[in-house]
Amino acid sequence: MIELKDIRKSFGDKEILKGVSTTMEPGKVNLIIGTSGSGKTVMMKCIVGLMGVDSGKVLYDNQDFTSMDDKEKKGIRQEIGMLFQGSALFDSMTVEQNVMFPLEMFGTGTLKEKKTRVAECLERVQLKEAAKKYPAEISGGMKKRVGIARAIVLNPKYLFCDEPNSGLDPQTSLLIDKLITELTKEYNITTVINTHDMNTVMESGDHIVYMYQGQKQWEGSNKDIVFSKDQKLNDFIFASEFLREAKEMRQLEMFKDGKWRDQLKKEQGGK
Amino acid sequence: MEFKFFYHFGNFLLMLKGMFSRPENMKMYWKQFMQQCVDIGVGSFGIVFIISLFMGGVTTLQTAYQLVSPIIPRSTIAQVVRDTIILEFAPTLTSIVLAGVVGSKIASELGNMRISEQIDALEIMGINTKGYLIAPKILAAVLMIPVLVAIAGFLGIWGGKEAGELSGVLSGQEFMQGLRQEFKAYNVFFAMAKSYTFGFIIASVSAYYGYNVTGGALEIGKASTTAVVVSCVLVLFMDYALTAILL
Repeated sequence: MIELKDIRKSFGDKEILKGVSTTMEPGKVNLIIGTSGSGKTVMMKCIVGLMGVDSGKVLYDNQDFTSMDDKEKKGIRQEIGMLFQGSALFDSMTVEQNVMFPLEMFGTGTLKEKKTRVAECLERVQLKEAAKKYPAEISGGMKKRVGIARAIVLNPKYLFCDEPNSGLDPQTSLLIDKLITELTKEYNITTVINTHDMNTVMESGDHIVYMYQGQKQWEGSNKDIVFSKDQKLNDFIFASEFLREAKEMRQLEMFKDGKWRDQLKKEQGGK
Repeated sequence: MEFKFFYHFGNFLLMLKGMFSRPENMKMYWKQFMQQCVDIGVGSFGIVFIISLFMGGVTTLQTAYQLVSPIIPRSTIAQVVRDTIILEFAPTLTSIVLAGVVGSKIASELGNMRISEQIDALEIMGINTKGYLIAPKILAAVLMIPVLVAIAGFLGIWGGKEAGELSGVLSGQEFMQGLRQEFKAYNVFFAMAKSYTFGFIIASVSAYYGYNVTGGALEIGKASTTAVVVSCVLVLFMDYALTAILL
């Protein structure tokens, strides 16, 4: 579980994060959404420690990450897997070597065992046939999948994904979302995704934090979002006519199922 | 300007300090070090070979052009060529060229890793990126650049001999005789002291500029150019300082 307690971050005079608090639970896909410049990337970088916070706390299973020294942070970081927006694969290594890298650096066991684990991870992301290829020789979607395989090879407790769908076609995006959701449930990982993608929000968002101008504007699940009265959130999520119609259809479906009462009650009680 | 100097110098020292931590996996660090030795040493051999040969040849011809007095024996040309190459051309000229070849490679490689988030990926894994990426480069440069300088010295002298013979300025026998006249082993120590210093400057300065790139592809190019310029200036400055101190 990851807890954020009133985290603040400024660059010069500009305050980017204005006291954000939330809890991200294991086995759930936690999404950070918001317009460009709303502070979601800074928030993710603060959580993983690529940037320090000015004040507030980031707790990993009740351990205060912000007050740890480098040695202690290393321990937590070895439990973190991260998928970067540009995949961040090592250009000089093959797909197999990229996935093998964290195992070689930190893994125990024989070379055969490590190779078996790499093969398992590549099989999991359906990329066994690309094992000997270099990152420059594979597509963007495949790179993302290699990034996922590299992120999960050490069985992380926490998985971070920075815009996993950016630059991908809708079909590949769905594949990536499905894969991340399956892995989260399968290994009970605390997954945090920073995204703009509305498909991801509606299909995978077990817990969503909507950021607006450096503050947490709204928090809930993908089911709550359909009934949310928050105007800023609705303007952001259901920006087009098509999405507004989709929202109405989803409401109608939930109405037919009788789920709407619970969701409406939850939304009204929560706000 | 002064503040900028102190800002960079302070950050540079912090970068060097940051390299010293217990390696996460010694085998991987060793692998990285060997890779850098190959990249810097073998990768730069071709250019060092060509430059050294011509540097020796030109030195012989120019020295012969200037030594016109009949009372000075022709073998003196070889003596001048030897000392010029050992004292100055092999360590300094080779290092200036290597600042361009090796320095730009280090700066652009690290800059590209920074921009494409590869350094962030290593940090997230819990790896000390300064220790893993920069330290092996500096160690490899400190080891391989003196080797290249030594090779440049031999090749330069050989090039000088061949040029002398080809142009008919002096015979091979006269050249060999001149080579042995008043040879001081201290000059070789001096050349090696310079090359160790230059090796450290080239790798560390280039790594500093590459590692701290922010922005995009354009900034990688700028960092590369700045790394080469600053390395060259520091090499020349240290060349003067070491000459003043050691000779």
